[in-house]
Amino acid sequence: MTDRPRVALFVTCLVDLFRPSVGFAAVRLLEAAGCDVSVPRAQTCCGQPAFNSGDRPTTEALARGLVAAFAGFDYIVAPSGSCAGMLRRHLPELFEDDPVMHERVVELAARCWELTSFLTDVRGMTAVDAELAGRVTYHDSCSGLRELKVREQPRRLLGSVRGLELVELAESEVCCGFGGTFCVKYPEISTRMVSNKAANATASGADLLLAGDLGCLMNIAGRLKRLGSPLQVRHVAEVLAGELQAPPIAEAG
Amino acid sequence: MSEARAAILARLRRSLPRSADEQAAAEATVHERLAAPAPNLLPARGQLDRDGRVRLFTDMARAVAAEVELLDELEAVPAAVATYLRRHNLPQRIVVAPDPLLDLARWEGQPLLRVRRGDAEPDDAVGVTLASTGIAETGTLLLTSAPERPTLLAFLPETSIVVVFADEIDGAYEQSWARLRAALGTPPRSVNLITGPSRTGDIAQQIELGAHGPRRLLVLVVDRSPPLDD
Amino acid sequence: MEATSLRFRERAAGALENAQLQTALAGIKVGWQAGRARAAARLPEFEQLRDLGKAIKDHTLAHLDLYLEAFEARVVEQGGKVHWARDAAEARGIVLELCRAAGARSVTKSKSMIAEEIGLNAWLEANGLRVVETDLGEYIIQLRREPPSHLVGPAVHLTKDQISDLFVEHHGGPRIEEPAALVGEARRILRQRYLEADVGITGANFLIAETGSAVTVTNEGNAELTQGLPRTHIVIASLEKVIPTVEDAFTLLRLLGRSATGQEFSAYTTFVTGPKRPGDLDGPEAFHVVLLDNGRSAMVGTAFREMLRCIRCGACMNHCPVYLAAGGHAYGWVYVGPMGSVLTPQFIGIEQGYPLPNASTFCGRCEEVCPVRIPLPRLMRLWREEQFRKALVPPTARWGLRLWGALARRPFLYRLTARWAARALRLLARGRGRLAAAPLAGGWTGTRDLPAPQGGTFMDQWRRRRR
Repeated sequence: MTDRPRVALFVTCLVDLFRPSVGFAAVRLLEAAGCDVSVPRAQTCCGQPAFNSGDRPTTEALARGLVAAFAGFDYIVAPSGSCAGMLRRHLPELFEDDPVMHERVVELAARCWELTSFLTDVRGMTAVDAELAGRVTYHDSCSGLRELKVREQPRRLLGSVRGLELVELAESEVCCGFGGTFCVKYPEISTRMVSNKAANATASGADLLLAGDLGCLMNIAGRLKRLGSPLQVRHVAEVLAGELQAPPIAEAG
Repeated sequence: MSEARAAILARLRRSLPRSADEQAAAEATVHERLAAPAPNLLPARGQLDRDGRVRLFTDMARAVAAEVELLDELEAVPAAVATYLRRHNLPQRIVVAPDPLLDLARWEGQPLLRVRRGDAEPDDAVGVTLASTGIAETGTLLLTSAPERPTLLAFLPETSIVVVFADEIDGAYEQSWARLRAALGTPPRSVNLITGPSRTGDIAQQIELGAHGPRRLLVLVVDRSPPLDD
Repeated sequence: MEATSLRFRERAAGALENAQLQTALAGIKVGWQAGRARAAARLPEFEQLRDLGKAIKDHTLAHLDLYLEAFEARVVEQGGKVHWARDAAEARGIVLELCRAAGARSVTKSKSMIAEEIGLNAWLEANGLRVVETDLGEYIIQLRREPPSHLVGPAVHLTKDQISDLFVEHHGGPRIEEPAALVGEARRILRQRYLEADVGITGANFLIAETGSAVTVTNEGNAELTQGLPRTHIVIASLEKVIPTVEDAFTLLRLLGRSATGQEFSAYTTFVTGPKRPGDLDGPEAFHVVLLDNGRSAMVGTAFREMLRCIRCGACMNHCPVYLAAGGHAYGWVYVGPMGSVLTPQFIGIEQGYPLPNASTFCGRCEEVCPVRIPLPRLMRLWREEQFRKALVPPTARWGLRLWGALARRPFLYRLTARWAARALRLLARGRGRLAAAPLAGGWTGTRDLPAPQGGTFMDQWRRRRR
């Protein structure tokens, strides 16, 4: 490996469609961490919508596409614990009975990282060059937290943001109720869960809520805005990269 | 044997296919494991010297609402029982396990205490019996059934008093069971591990004592074991 | 019992509107959930014990036939008898026969999920026996003619006031408010039932192959009175309850209380081995074990074998945000929460249990706390695969998924679709940054706004900006 590892950004569907600023923030952070960043055009989706709906053939087809799209890179980094978790944890279990593909996805999994974990655990980054005056709270997205053990990494980096005061969110490790298609299949339960999250976020006294997964963030922001809350919501990468020109999630520019 | 038995075992074996060699190996594994049971893990917490075990036992039992008193010798038991009953406004009437070890307590030294020896009747309010061992790890008493130690003495009466010798307090459950196994071979009909008085959280998750078993548990830890007789 | 799992969503929605139920469920977080965390933290070896617990169960399941035979041999040596039951009906028949042979009119029972699984109470009652549940929670739901709503706390869905009303209705007398007094009243009434009982039926947390013992765990002491007072003791347990040795039981027992309620050890753990011995002053004259299969022998040969490690502690439901919102009865059958979502379809079929494996965000807390490390989300996903294979997924979802899959396999088309979707949503948002409603998104926008896309897709912007 050269001094400058070749990193493929795995944009993820939600960032691509809803919030490109997160993708650009990720690129900026990766470059600050001394990486050569590419965005392979052949990438699409990690396959979770199919995987979690029991559609194994589609999941497997998409996994083959990912293996091809990300071939040759030193690392694959996603601004999402959920999509990174899919590649890191679930693809290997998907191909347990297919030795050839299993080897390939295990190799892919070993190169795949969630953004804040990659920056700290792989690149040894301890501080970012960013500033934000305000009280910030952090929601631990389930996949990142439990599948990839992302917990301290974003907090450590946030601790280096000038002017930022981090206040802990009560029940930060409890699911926000997004859960992919769960939020539309069981909207009543999902709403209760996200309402609990919104209440805890409000009670934290923070004026900005961050997390590492856009699915959770859109869910939490969508509920907060419906409730008329002034609490702002952003992806953690935007703050770490100082990419704050775009309005917060679900707010007008 | 029954048709159901044969069918279930056959179905299990279809689910667990083994070659002849594998079958022999599986049988050997099972045989070995059953022939030589060994502890998997003994928590460090209880692996202390005798005094440490007694202290931990006492602390843990008290933490689950048992009362624990330390006595020098068996002869001090009747007085401790009488005092305890007075303190709780309970009648001085007890039923005591017909265990010869408890004869040594010399109940006649407490003339006001009415003592019946035997097993528990539904109306008995206070039962006194003997634990085989104590377990420091969680402040647990281990009682074994025997003709001289009827099981229900520790369950029917509303107040349960259990005597345990400090020498018999082990660090972990497995250490008590190993001694039991060495002494008896097969286990007695009933081995009761008792950790505090009866309790329930079934009404609004609020802990209440005395659901069906004893509302009160007094543990008398006796420091000096009686001399062994043959 | 008749399964109502298909009505999961409707019943969960009802549960969310039920203030009493929500109060009761909220107690689980401060009680059992916090209790487990404290208990696990107090025992440095806890994580290691979980590994060992898993290994013990895996080993046993891989040799289940042999351990069951060994168990049976030891029970017989100790003067007991083992009865094998292929299914619920066979098990009910055996128990009834044993009760009749004992000339029984009255039966006491301590908590057994297997008895719930086979609908034992209703069957015995229909055959003229009086059956009384002795676990206080089970007694309460028996009076209410309800199934349990939780593995460990069957009446956890009820508030104190509801229990006060229930006791007035069934016991008569003045209304009692104090929990201590309510417990006292139940104690007084049940004490009489214990003494009248001809047969005592208990479940078993473990069966021990080494000794032929059945292990019961309670906090109330009801198992001991149930098995110790009547002439006949019947243990009813499923195949996978057997484990090799007493030492293995202690490893699992260290996990059970801590995972269930946060207790270091439950108040009463009893190992019973055979009937009354010569000279014993108490204990039953007859000791029977009914071993229930009910599909488990086949399950051992599938990926669902892992579910058979379950020790019924309830930690998965105590930590499940879906359970804590919906309560146990929404699940519509005997087993509830994440473990129920995996287990129930085994018994009632995936068609009847359709919603259950889908009622999860896959947040993973259940697996995180499971003392024997059952990969519950993974097993729920296996059920979803079966639903997909059997074409049980509703047509709209199925076609939507198929269309999305076809696009996602073609990067160019996927980018094109994303480009158009971003434009369309942005137009609909009309510069407000969010949408209050959107086509096909009613499930989302009913209660939350949908954030609008910022502008062009990342892929398009990246291409313009770079290289």
